[in-house]
Amino acid sequence: MSEKILELKNISKSFSNLIANDGVDFDLKKGEVHALLGENGAGKTTLMNILYGIYKPDAGEIFLEGKKIDISSPRDAIENGIGMIQQHFSLVPSFSVVQNVALGLKELGIIPDLSKVRKRIVELSNRYKINVDPGAKIWQLSAGEQQRVEIIKLLYVKSKIMILDEPTAILTPQEAKGLFETIREMTANGASVIFISHKLKEVLEISDRVTVLRHGKVIGTVETKGSNENDLARMMVGRDVVLKIDKKPSHPSKPILKIENLHVIGDKGIEAVKGVSLEVKGGEILGIAGVEGNGQRELGEAIYGLRNYTGNIFINGSKVRSGDVLERIKNHVAYIPQDRKADALCGGLPVYKNLFIKAFSSPVFSFNPYLFYPEKLRKPAEKLVKEFSISTSSVDQEVKFLSGGNMQKVVLAREIESEPKLIIAVHPTRGLDVGAEEFVYNVLLAQKERGTAILLIAGDLYEIFNLSDRVGVLYEGQIIGYSEPDESHIEEIGLMMAGVKNEDKI
Amino acid sequence: MNDIVISTFAGAIRAGTPLLFATLGEILAERSGVLNLGLEGMMLMGAFTGFSISYITGNLWLAVLAAILVGGLMASLHAFMSITLRINQVVSGLALVFLGQGLSGFWGNAYVGMQANSFQNLKIPLLGDIPYIGPIVFNRDILVYIGYISVPVIWWFLYKTTAGMNLRAVGEAPDAADARGINVILTRYLYTIIGGFFSGLAGAYISLAYTPMWVQNMTAGRGWIAVALVIFAIWDPVIALIGAYAFGGISVLQFSFQILQVPIPVNIMNMFPYIFTVFVMLFASSNRIKKLFGAPSALGVPYSREEKT
Repeated sequence: MSEKILELKNISKSFSNLIANDGVDFDLKKGEVHALLGENGAGKTTLMNILYGIYKPDAGEIFLEGKKIDISSPRDAIENGIGMIQQHFSLVPSFSVVQNVALGLKELGIIPDLSKVRKRIVELSNRYKINVDPGAKIWQLSAGEQQRVEIIKLLYVKSKIMILDEPTAILTPQEAKGLFETIREMTANGASVIFISHKLKEVLEISDRVTVLRHGKVIGTVETKGSNENDLARMMVGRDVVLKIDKKPSHPSKPILKIENLHVIGDKGIEAVKGVSLEVKGGEILGIAGVEGNGQRELGEAIYGLRNYTGNIFINGSKVRSGDVLERIKNHVAYIPQDRKADALCGGLPVYKNLFIKAFSSPVFSFNPYLFYPEKLRKPAEKLVKEFSISTSSVDQEVKFLSGGNMQKVVLAREIESEPKLIIAVHPTRGLDVGAEEFVYNVLLAQKERGTAILLIAGDLYEIFNLSDRVGVLYEGQIIGYSEPDESHIEEIGLMMAGVKNEDKI
Repeated sequence: MNDIVISTFAGAIRAGTPLLFATLGEILAERSGVLNLGLEGMMLMGAFTGFSISYITGNLWLAVLAAILVGGLMASLHAFMSITLRINQVVSGLALVFLGQGLSGFWGNAYVGMQANSFQNLKIPLLGDIPYIGPIVFNRDILVYIGYISVPVIWWFLYKTTAGMNLRAVGEAPDAADARGINVILTRYLYTIIGGFFSGLAGAYISLAYTPMWVQNMTAGRGWIAVALVIFAIWDPVIALIGAYAFGGISVLQFSFQILQVPIPVNIMNMFPYIFTVFVMLFASSNRIKKLFGAPSALGVPYSREEKT
């Protein structure tokens, strides 16, 4: 832990009206793991994309081993020994592992000798205990395996500086442990790692130092050893954070949602949900955990009628038809989709119209379904804006200009206002800051108190622990098992997320 | 009867050769992620340029070269519009078709009915004497032979060379290619223009070998057939060869049928290639089918480094 290998000085970058980085200073010492901590939208990824040559900074300088360097493309970064694993992997799905590692290597010549590349991959995977099949095609690999390919790519070109952007987001707890071991092995071999995250626990576990970003500015850099979760959270959010949510025991009533043997075809034409049966009672939250891409989205969309399926879905005892959203709305089903911009809001319409976009078919409201009087919507919209503390200049503001958190509040306000008996929430806090996250949690918990059945599909295990009464784990389109929503069961849940079956079921 | 068989198959190869060139070129362009629907326009301009240069100078190779360059020039216009300006690729491609039809019609008016130098058959020693195969395959003009050679060369290039690997990566996952230091913009320009070269050559074949004269609009929709063939071939040069000759076969079948007095009206048979094209396009326009059959994932999507979500 000695000299600085990398220094970023006074980096600024803005996108049209948004300042992503504002005079950021950052440095990295040789052989350390330096965590870059901040909420979603704090500017962590932007800063690292600048270092990797994907974005051009508006201002600022980069020094590598004391020398000022100019990075204007990823190629420059790679040549300077800087490698990055982005959140969306930079892999070619139809290529094999070997081809992906070989891609862009300078030593290839006109006709690449892939057997040589393969040999080095095997060497590296043995030395760092990274398990990959060099001949496999990327699309056949799980997200965790793809990440290992990305790590091999960095090791192959002997990157001195490795940037990992939210690497644990797609991993099971066990895989995350394996990743941390690999990171330690890499730093022991002289590499330096920048670890981007918004999760305090893992930052405390893996890093040597932490730099906290908030709204594009550096709040401070601290030694991990002398720090703790509360300090870091305060730096990250700017105020004290209540990390525990008040979850009351549930008093489940009769089943509201019942699914029998559900099969759903995904976008690629392959079956994404393979025979799911489950039941959610009124007044309980069933959490569905699992590594992303195991059928979560398709499950949520099928239940809400956005996707055709075979099998039976009963809402409140009556069977509903495949692919019929209107029937869901009439049966008081609320839906919080994973991509709110694409699936829940019309960005170009004002807040008040978005708030009542479903109201015309909902049994709760008595609007004239053929004629539209906007002035009649403004008043109730203003009331909702107040109730859900949506910060907008007026109800006439177009939704696309709101922040992610406020967009989600608009969705929540609309869905809750229709007095739901069932809420399907898919990744409801994705991309939100801690304040908005807390708000979403409390709204959902209040709904549970009211007796609503809630199906919560989420990637973040702590979100599931905070909210749900039972946890089911989705693996390759099937509910592989159930567990208790408690940290003490994290091992068991993690194993199920990786496909290891749990014998005792609820 | 033997003669009819030989002339049908030989005709299939001759009629298939311009389709083959255009299809191979478009495969390269689409593999890089650029959809160029302007084949018809580029072929027409290639046919016109080839014919007029041959007429004026009498030099066939100069004529072919000029046709190739004109095809590339038009493709570079498409590249500029769709890659740099990021205009919708379908719109820009259609613009090329109209441009080619308009320009060749305007300048070509003076050449209608003229005669110019054309490519003659060139029998390959030994191979040309094999019964059936010889007269069908090895007694053709030199451009047909270039067509034969292009297929394995392009196949080898796509699957065995570093440049081919980079090309496929750019069309499949441009952000991944970019993150590995491959110049996405340059790659797309390069292969779009090479695609144009092939289209120019395809056009030259029509006016300098297949029907050696100038007729307005003489490509007669072959550019569109080639667009469909690319999909039919699943972006693979070897299947493209089979498809191109098969389509060529369908279009010459009418002559053989007339000789054999098969009772199908000529007009119906003339429609076959186009009907087939419509079906391929219908089938292939579904995104799901495109994904299933391995279309380059980034086909038709402009790339910009800073505008990702």
